Amino acid sequence: MWDFIVERREALLYNTFQHANLVVQAVLVATVIAVLLAVLITRVPRLEGPANAISAIGLTIPSFALVSLLLTFFSFGSLPAFIAVAFYAVLPVLRNAVVGLQGVDATLLESARGMGMSEVTTLVRVRLPLAWPVILAGVRVSMQMSMGVAAIAAYVGGPGLGTYILKGLTQIGGANAINYALVGTIGVVVVALLADLVLLLVGRATISKGIRV
Amino acid sequence: MTTDLTKEPERTPAAQEGAAEISGAEIVLEGVVKKYPGQKAAAVESLSLTIPAGEIVMFIGPSGCGKTTSLKMINRLIEPTSGTIRIGGEDIRGQSENELRRNIGYVIQGGSLFPHMTVAKNIALVPKLLGWDAKRISTRVEELLDLVGLDPSRYRDRYPRELSGGQQQRVGVARGLAADPPVILMDEPFGAVDPITRQRLQDELLSIQRELRKTIVCVTHDIDEAIKLGDRILILQEGAQIAQYDTPEVILGAPANEFVEDFVGSGSSLKQLSLTRVSEVELRRPTTATVGEQVAEVKRRAEANGDRSVIVLDSRNRPVGWPWLRQLKGDVVLEPTEDLVNLDQRATLNDALDTMLSSSHGGAVVTGDRDQYLGVVVFDAVTDHIRSLEEQARG
Repeated sequence: MWDFIVERREALLYNTFQHANLVVQAVLVATVIAVLLAVLITRVPRLEGPANAISAIGLTIPSFALVSLLLTFFSFGSLPAFIAVAFYAVLPVLRNAVVGLQGVDATLLESARGMGMSEVTTLVRVRLPLAWPVILAGVRVSMQMSMGVAAIAAYVGGPGLGTYILKGLTQIGGANAINYALVGTIGVVVVALLADLVLLLVGRATISKGIRV
Repeated sequence: MTTDLTKEPERTPAAQEGAAEISGAEIVLEGVVKKYPGQKAAAVESLSLTIPAGEIVMFIGPSGCGKTTSLKMINRLIEPTSGTIRIGGEDIRGQSENELRRNIGYVIQGGSLFPHMTVAKNIALVPKLLGWDAKRISTRVEELLDLVGLDPSRYRDRYPRELSGGQQQRVGVARGLAADPPVILMDEPFGAVDPITRQRLQDELLSIQRELRKTIVCVTHDIDEAIKLGDRILILQEGAQIAQYDTPEVILGAPANEFVEDFVGSGSSLKQLSLTRVSEVELRRPTTATVGEQVAEVKRRAEANGDRSVIVLDSRNRPVGWPWLRQLKGDVVLEPTEDLVNLDQRATLNDALDTMLSSSHGGAVVTGDRDQYLGVVVFDAVTDHIRSLEEQARG
């Protein structure tokens, strides 16, 4: 297998980078969307029930099915892959963001109001920083999950390590089938571990010392 | 006991201190009503009240009487259904809610500090909202930490969770004072700390108020706290109807009705102890020593005075320890490590007795503004004072 890797190292590196790139971008966009939605949900409590239901149902849709469905609207390529990954990535972050924002002590919010902070200032200076550890935990879950989803997105022509897995599956019984599948799978795991480490460091840098556990 | 306390000189701050200039503003409530939709009885039924500038007014009453609602209407955390509230003659609806609140200090139970911000950042919040420049804010933070008795260099960069409950509450008070507002609202500010810390915090508040002379409105459920802190006490009945609004002396001496009598409770002669300040009894002046002085010299001085212990002061004339002579070792007087419980001169005799009971010296060290040393109060002085009160009462 080593030879297999060495022979294809350039393509392999490129695909690994593409994989990470797709996931990171999708998770970033998903985090922004999820936090905005969470802010909306915590402002309009009526939305909470539907939001929870949607995120619960959303997670039960098999990613393979969603990816295929997206093909009816988009052509093969990175776009449906990106949409699929981002869709799943939103869900864990959204849940955590809602929980995190709701978990901010009501007396602190009253205190902020009593000091004359506007709603936006309260959100930026108090609610988000206090909810951030919980949101970030959601981002980490989301990132892990998205690594796997991105592998499946290769089915619709998405970039990344999923192409190797797909190739391995389609060539079952062939000479390099197992090598393809293994390299793709292990690659995904390695990228996922690295990404998690990066997020851990991001947490160290961005979570206030006053609330770090 | 029928002491007519009304005849005693009025305990208004002006009469008592006279020194500091009033920086507070008058608050006037006129026919203020708060009705919540769907509730039959109004939470506040037509409350009219004048809170004089520079005084501490305590709101007290049974739970659900509308005291907190009334307080929160002053900074528009709750909007009155009708009626007007004026601060310094201006209708509070004249400016935006946030503008209004930035000019009113707000202190709530436990300090309610933001856990993700350092002490300095917490205090700096309102000045920042008001657009002060960084240098002015930093100077102000230092000033305030000093005022509430926390060493700025040690505490400014700490996070709330690294502070004790009492320290957090101090920072909470500093934060309320940050932008130097004329009016400060406090909602059960000392409810979450232990009794000894509470007493200290109350003393400190009185000492700060002596310097600043703000208008402070404070909600409490503790009648002793109300008597101790209040220049005036507002006792409320259900629906925020005024049962009595007067000085503590009058409320204790001449309760307006049965409700007030019940509320103030029995043992009102004991409560008189909460009315007399330490500054009104005679203080002893035992031998003192300054940190860094020669021990031999200190011992000689103490023996000449017939004292078996000395009070150790630091370089800023603040008492830091009260060792027996035999505990003084070495050549020079060292900074003691014990945690000396001092009494502010505005502490009540009630507090003094409390502190004395836990002291091995049968007395307590009394301090003035910014913890400056004044003297020592001892049991005899307190019992003498009580006796003279009783004699007066017997007439």
